[in-house]
Amino acid sequence: MATSTYLEAINQALFEEMERDESVFLLGEDIGIYGGAFKVTKGLYKAFGGDRVIDTPISESAIIGSAIGAAITGLRPVAEMQFADFITVGFNQLVANAATLYYRHNIPVPMVVRAPSGGGIRGGPFHSRNPEAWFFHQPGLKIVAPATARDAKGLLKSSIRDNNPVIYFEHKYLYRRVKEELPKEEIVVPLGKANISREGDDVTVITYGAMVFECLDAAKKLFEEHDISAQVIDLRTLQPLDMELILQSVQKTSRVVIVHEASLSGGIGAEIAARISEKAFEYLDAPVKRIASLDTPTPFSPILENEFMPNAEKIYNAILEIMKF
Amino acid sequence: MSESSGNIEDPVKIELFRLVLKTRMTEDRIIALYRQGKIVGGVYTGRGVEATTVASALALEKKDYLFPIHRDLGAHLAKGQTILNILLQYLGKGNNLTKGKESGIHFSDRSLNIIGNISHLGAMIPVAVGVALSLKLQKQNSVALNFIGEGGSNIGDFHEGLNFAAVQQLPFVLIIENNQYAYSTPVEKEYRARYLSDRAKGYGIPGYHIDGTDAIKVYQTVKEAVERARSGKGPALIECKSFRMVGHSAHDDAFYVDKELRKKYEKKDPLIKLEKYLLKNNILDHDSVDRIRQEIAEKIEDATEKAIESPLPDPEWAYGAIYASNSDRMAYGD
Repeated sequence: MATSTYLEAINQALFEEMERDESVFLLGEDIGIYGGAFKVTKGLYKAFGGDRVIDTPISESAIIGSAIGAAITGLRPVAEMQFADFITVGFNQLVANAATLYYRHNIPVPMVVRAPSGGGIRGGPFHSRNPEAWFFHQPGLKIVAPATARDAKGLLKSSIRDNNPVIYFEHKYLYRRVKEELPKEEIVVPLGKANISREGDDVTVITYGAMVFECLDAAKKLFEEHDISAQVIDLRTLQPLDMELILQSVQKTSRVVIVHEASLSGGIGAEIAARISEKAFEYLDAPVKRIASLDTPTPFSPILENEFMPNAEKIYNAILEIMKF
Repeated sequence: MSESSGNIEDPVKIELFRLVLKTRMTEDRIIALYRQGKIVGGVYTGRGVEATTVASALALEKKDYLFPIHRDLGAHLAKGQTILNILLQYLGKGNNLTKGKESGIHFSDRSLNIIGNISHLGAMIPVAVGVALSLKLQKQNSVALNFIGEGGSNIGDFHEGLNFAAVQQLPFVLIIENNQYAYSTPVEKEYRARYLSDRAKGYGIPGYHIDGTDAIKVYQTVKEAVERARSGKGPALIECKSFRMVGHSAHDDAFYVDKELRKKYEKKDPLIKLEKYLLKNNILDHDSVDRIRQEIAEKIEDATEKAIESPLPDPEWAYGAIYASNSDRMAYGD
């Protein structure tokens, strides 16, 4: 066992997959000698050379588009967006090209786009986004958003081995704040399986990414102060959703709070709420509650950003409200 | 016809003619099927640009990758695609290569290294560049060739893709089919430069501006660029100037097209031009031309009959798989 940060876990997954499979290569901006804006690819250029860790021009559409071309001709590219915000430049390549090739032409597209996402780092409107919902609406993509170092490593390995385009949202706030003991043995976490981060019987809290920790803090306090036992589900994979686990939990607790850091309207929480109302309406004792960021761009000033984002306190209050029904 | 056409062997010239004629005749049949209401959806033909599409694709080897766009039926045929597969595609049949999922000639063929386009045509440029990158990394000694219209050349992907290909010195050739109209928009509203091939200078790669109605000239130029790319010397941009002799699609009468321009280019019809050249230089005689025409007509007749009789897709296929499984056969090159 050795201690690894969330960021180191991603680096280890890249290293191990590149060592295991020579068809895996990386491309992105400043990922080579510099090791990436966040140093996620540190040491990989030295270990694998410039043909497998390719520095590109500032051209997100060319990065994602050429990853598609490489993926359909025998390689397994892992493309890095310097910030998830910049994925907009390559949006068309992902939704029109990568997502549809298998359905249209029966051509698998085994590629990963790593996208450092999320706020709380005082990044302002263009270095803080959580753009997963845009991609959730496009059939054909898989979407992953780990919260723990173990999942960061194991889900990235599965993403690289998957035969589909996977967008891997790694939360920047967690990069160095999350530290865990990771086993020496290989970690592979399957896509499409959520995880119960905290067992509970009274209310189901569905979340992912950095909000997992805010939900756990709220759940701990609710138990200590009100004897409310919240079951916290970390989705881990957002597409495809693990509806089986979600519905099992809802049938047990009859109360649901969904928490995400992405803005509220049209978010993934809306789809989960709709599916719960379609499939488990008779089990519900209260309306499904959503807690999310405001429907505005991400503001820069800390006092504004704190107001904009969900946190443990807001989640705590929402759960208390739902428990009164 | 080109001054320097002497170094192309006669059988290649005959093959160019056969393919340009086959393209023209197949498209004429597709238009007829469209008018009979047998083809639903749009029909976009390449009348006037066949010399560019056919000759560029014929300059490739079997192992090279072809990225045709919506008007490039000639490129599909020159890379080895059958008339039957093309008709099945237009008729939306269940036994076509996309199982009825895709329209027109938006289809790929693993066995021929053809990768079909999406409707945002310029978006294929970075994908083709990625194939070229992959071929270089895997030391496959193959080339990726991509078409774009002069209209599509104005999208950002043109710049991102070509720049990245140039930086990496990839085996990539981009052909601009300049047919002088983007739907109804004439070139003077599309770009300011005299030649689109001048853009190559900005990427530090060679650019060529040639007569896209001259099949032999196109073949020579593209062949040279493809072999240069294959030898590791990097990408090239080739602008082939031609003229769209029909509307944007079968429903468009092209009333907006400049009459003088149309007259000028009717004299440069790539099919008539090539036929005259072959007859004048005694490479083919009238009897052989008739025989080639007859052979193609029979093939089209046979393919049409088979295509019309082919089954439609099963409605269940609408629920078709969105995700590949990990046991799926990987794409190209295995």
